[in-house]
Amino acid sequence: MNAINQHAFTPAGNAAQETPAIELRNVTCRFITADGKATVALRDFSMSVARGEFVAVVGPTGCGKSTTLSLITGLLKPTMGEVRVMGQPVNGIDPRIGFVFQNDAVFPWRSVRDNVAAGPMFRGQSKAQAHALADEWIRRVGLDKFGDHYPHQLSGGMRKRVALAQTFINSPEILLMDEPFSALDMQTRTLMQDELLRLWSAHSGSVVFVTHDLEEAIALADKVYVLTARPATLKSVYPIDLPRPRVMEEVRYEQRFIDISRRIWADLREEVHIA
Amino acid sequence: MTQAQASHSAATMDIAAVEAEAQRKIRGRRNLVIGLRIAILVIVLGGWEVCARIGWIDPFFFSQPSLIVIQIYDWMVEGTSQGSLWTQVLVTLEETVLGFLIGSVAGVIAGIVLGRNKLLSDVFSLYIQIANSIPRVVLGSIFVIAFGLGMASKVALAVVMVFFVVFANAFQGVREADRYMIANAQILGASRRQVTMAVVIPSALSWILASLHVSFGFALVGAVVGEFLGS
Repeated sequence: MNAINQHAFTPAGNAAQETPAIELRNVTCRFITADGKATVALRDFSMSVARGEFVAVVGPTGCGKSTTLSLITGLLKPTMGEVRVMGQPVNGIDPRIGFVFQNDAVFPWRSVRDNVAAGPMFRGQSKAQAHALADEWIRRVGLDKFGDHYPHQLSGGMRKRVALAQTFINSPEILLMDEPFSALDMQTRTLMQDELLRLWSAHSGSVVFVTHDLEEAIALADKVYVLTARPATLKSVYPIDLPRPRVMEEVRYEQRFIDISRRIWADLREEVHIA
Repeated sequence: MTQAQASHSAATMDIAAVEAEAQRKIRGRRNLVIGLRIAILVIVLGGWEVCARIGWIDPFFFSQPSLIVIQIYDWMVEGTSQGSLWTQVLVTLEETVLGFLIGSVAGVIAGIVLGRNKLLSDVFSLYIQIANSIPRVVLGSIFVIAFGLGMASKVALAVVMVFFVVFANAFQGVREADRYMIANAQILGASRRQVTMAVVIPSALSWILASLHVSFGFALVGAVVGEFLGS
């Protein structure tokens, strides 16, 4: 816990000098489908995420954005190139990684408390310890009164909070998010984005946030990677120098935000038309 | 002002009246359904009885309700030709429950083991489908020869009736386990065994429970057919 908090206020400039948290070097990823056909999802793609950095990846639908995350988790192996996490080649699922899925991946047969406690319990903590820690995280995401509820009794936004608590409880140094808020309505999404920034600023891991929503990417991230249409490769990288802390309801109306948004969109639009 | 109040209280009264009317209609409909059900029972049983008595249908083949009631009463009080009715029922139930327990436990275990192993399931799925297409009742006479006229042959028939239903459902349930949920558990730190225990089995449970529901009936069929074939 202490080790993580030390990173909390490290300026991004210093962090960049250390080994990057995540590094993809000239990665190509080819899928072999069940009937033996090969499709290329990712072509000669390079990306580097510094410790404590928040990176967003945008690109047209189905271009292979999520593939980058699967590569980092080790659920998928690159056909060519190299993926490094904390300076070491990826070999299986790294315990320092947390993942928030697009769909509901919370366990419907477990109460909120048991869902949040799942990580520590899988990792060998006692039930009492895990529950104490879970209650703490349930409180942090504002679900104090819902510890004994089941996911089906909660709204979509509340289930996302459970998913966030479930992931953050493991104190991941690397947080991967695959369009986590895309199924939520506009208002709830804005709330959840604020919630995410709040949790992240207190915790400060590296984040890779995959989304098709350009505004979301700009509002959240330090750096936006724009991918081309399939087979995806890197098109351009935009540093986002909007000051933090950012407030979601307001940041999107700032002139600076609108300028950046227009520039990136001009770039992304061509790719969307190809796709 | 007073007008507004008046119209407001009028509206509340209206709502009360509307609700009372609606509730009356709901009650009326429920009574109608119950009444019709009873009427149908009376017409069918009464018609059967009457037709048998006036000779339109032959009571030798089709019996008649009054004779059935008398016969059951006689069995209950005097016992059947094989002994007390309750002993007979108990034996059949014993065969059913035993067959059900053995078949469902074996089915669940086989389903989960095969469902969790891609190679095993790819290899065996063909043979399981073939085995599943055999009409199980046909096996009854083989079981009688193999296990004798005692309880074992009936239990064996009940087991095969139950096993495939439960197995197929457990297998399917395991295969249908949400892959995002499995990936989530893996990233949260679950080992393969923990994934099976904490994700795969709970998510297959609704499939398994549904199959247990049906398969108890199959176990009874197995036991009864076993008794027809040899007891």
